[in-house]
Amino acid sequence: MADVTYLEALRQGLWEEMERDPSVFILGEDVGAYGGAFKVTEGFAKQFGEARVIDTPISEAAIVGAAAGAAHMGMRPVAEMQFIDFISCAYDMLTNYVATARYRAGLATPIVVRGPCGGYVRGGPFHSQNPEAAFFHTPGLKIVYPATARDAKGLIKASIRDDDPVIYLEHKWLYRRIKEALPEEEEILTPIGAARVAREGKDLSIVTYGATVWKSLEAADQLATDDGLSVEVLDLRTLLPMDDAAIMRTVQKTNKVLIVHEDTRTGGLAGEIAARINEQAFAWLDGPIMRVTAHDVPLPYAPTLEDFVLPQTDDIVKAARWLAAY
Amino acid sequence: MPSRAAPITQSPPIPAGLTRDQLLEIYHYLRLTRTLEERLTALYRQSRVIGGLFRSLGQEGESVGSAYALARGPNPDILSPLIRNLGSMLVMGAEPIAILAKAESPTHGRELNVHFNDLEKGYLGQISHLGDMVPVMAGIALTFKLRGEPRVGLVYVGDGATSTGTFHEGLNFAAVQKVPLVVIAEFNRWAYSTPPEKQFAVKDLAEKAKGYGIPAVTVDGNDVLAVYEATKFAVERARRGHGVQFIEVKTYRRKGHAEHDDQHYVPKEELDWWAKENDPVDRYVKQLVQHDWAEESELKVIDDGVKAEIDQATDACIDEPLPLPESALGGVYADPPAAPRHWYRSL
Repeated sequence: MADVTYLEALRQGLWEEMERDPSVFILGEDVGAYGGAFKVTEGFAKQFGEARVIDTPISEAAIVGAAAGAAHMGMRPVAEMQFIDFISCAYDMLTNYVATARYRAGLATPIVVRGPCGGYVRGGPFHSQNPEAAFFHTPGLKIVYPATARDAKGLIKASIRDDDPVIYLEHKWLYRRIKEALPEEEEILTPIGAARVAREGKDLSIVTYGATVWKSLEAADQLATDDGLSVEVLDLRTLLPMDDAAIMRTVQKTNKVLIVHEDTRTGGLAGEIAARINEQAFAWLDGPIMRVTAHDVPLPYAPTLEDFVLPQTDDIVKAARWLAAY
Repeated sequence: MPSRAAPITQSPPIPAGLTRDQLLEIYHYLRLTRTLEERLTALYRQSRVIGGLFRSLGQEGESVGSAYALARGPNPDILSPLIRNLGSMLVMGAEPIAILAKAESPTHGRELNVHFNDLEKGYLGQISHLGDMVPVMAGIALTFKLRGEPRVGLVYVGDGATSTGTFHEGLNFAAVQKVPLVVIAEFNRWAYSTPPEKQFAVKDLAEKAKGYGIPAVTVDGNDVLAVYEATKFAVERARRGHGVQFIEVKTYRRKGHAEHDDQHYVPKEELDWWAKENDPVDRYVKQLVQHDWAEESELKVIDDGVKAEIDQATDACIDEPLPLPESALGGVYADPPAAPRHWYRSL
């Protein structure tokens, strides 16, 4: 059983769903003959034809709008944003049109909008964003953010099969960096709305998602070795709807929570997670809920600047150590 | 009809392949639209209509004429109306009671009276963000193309909406994909209070379509049959695989943006002229009678039928309650079906 990268796992998931369901089709910029900027859809046009792998103009609002229209008619479109940074060009379409469609008009809009997100890759301010907070605030959308190859596959398949619109965030730093054995005969479906304990622990919990799952695991290893601390890491996997039960379980187990995300701090998801813990598990806390996040600046280009702005493993180690001693 | 047993040989032929019965059906929808809006206005003034009320007075001709060119019935063509296309929705089969209802309205009180859809009948609900329906309808038309279904989409845009990004993105996307979509651009001279010269620097909206390689025509929007004929031609071209078709209809918005708007920015003589000299319903009636395609008595029968239908619909829902408050939480997602109620609401 060969190891499969995060990107290849995503590709496999898309491929299997295209094979399984003729109503699934892909649209986006350079996704057809070129195979996508990161080659996620390489070979798809040849296998499934240009009618199901549609190269579009540079028009994110039209891509999402057309996907929505097709979804109303029973199709299951997967729209690619070449970089997720450009999803803001479709913000109106997603928040006003797509997210409200079921509520205001009883319209099913089973679309997936996916794209490469995240930093640590020297991408600069417009090729490194994490847009989850902008959409997290919109009832009607779902947001998933896989951290592992298994979930990259399992969540793209579950997102395509979901009857509501899903924003699927894939971290480009993980694309070729992580690998995992995925049995070919196994149908991998990761349930939407379910977090995953990435590492068991008893002294302190780190609640996180995306690339910082790996940085948190690295930090947990270091804390175990250097400090003898047992750190639990919870990988949220789905951001909306959030798995409150899993968060409260880990809070009740360790009584101390550090929330880690790559996105900027103000208005980021950590604030919402902290509020939920406060409302639902206040009595279980033995310390303040603390955050490790990016600094509140647009993400800069130069390696020294990017490394300074983004949360690093060492930041997580220090913050966790401080909290453990509280 | 007994009174018309003898053929009228002097009468000019009915245009666009329409029959007498169809001419009368078109008249029915024109009258239904106007009378229903008059009823809504009366109810609005009694505070029996919630929120804003938008009128299509003076634009009923282009709404009805264009929608009438679409295929209705099983697997219909699909149109996306704007706030001034009540007539189009009625042609596709929307019922007056749906427009008048409250708790039992198609959206159960979640949206404005004309913001709703019925894809089985062939109309998609709009949102207020102008231009957004162009990409969405491009996606519906794309589905027809992908599935090889002989169906067509039709989307209305106002002159103001042609300034939006989504209009241009959607139009270009649809043109490149050669989807069966007809765009009706309503040049009604007012976008809220903004006149055309502050909205765009072209004379005709049809010029905008040409920039995307889309064939475009401009027609008199207050000539019902001219709009029908142009739309029929465009719809059949789109159906045969010739891609996007664009029709600009020149018309005039005779009421304010909504009922609260007193139109102080509109010259009174202009309003009077359009009301007196260029009303689409008056013009159509004149055409029918002068060409001997219908008799006034027949039209009167239709008028009476429309009034009775609207009276009946009004009576059926005038005392209808508003929706139950907690019904607001349902249906954001397929699963879970309802959002949780806040904790302090159960204290």
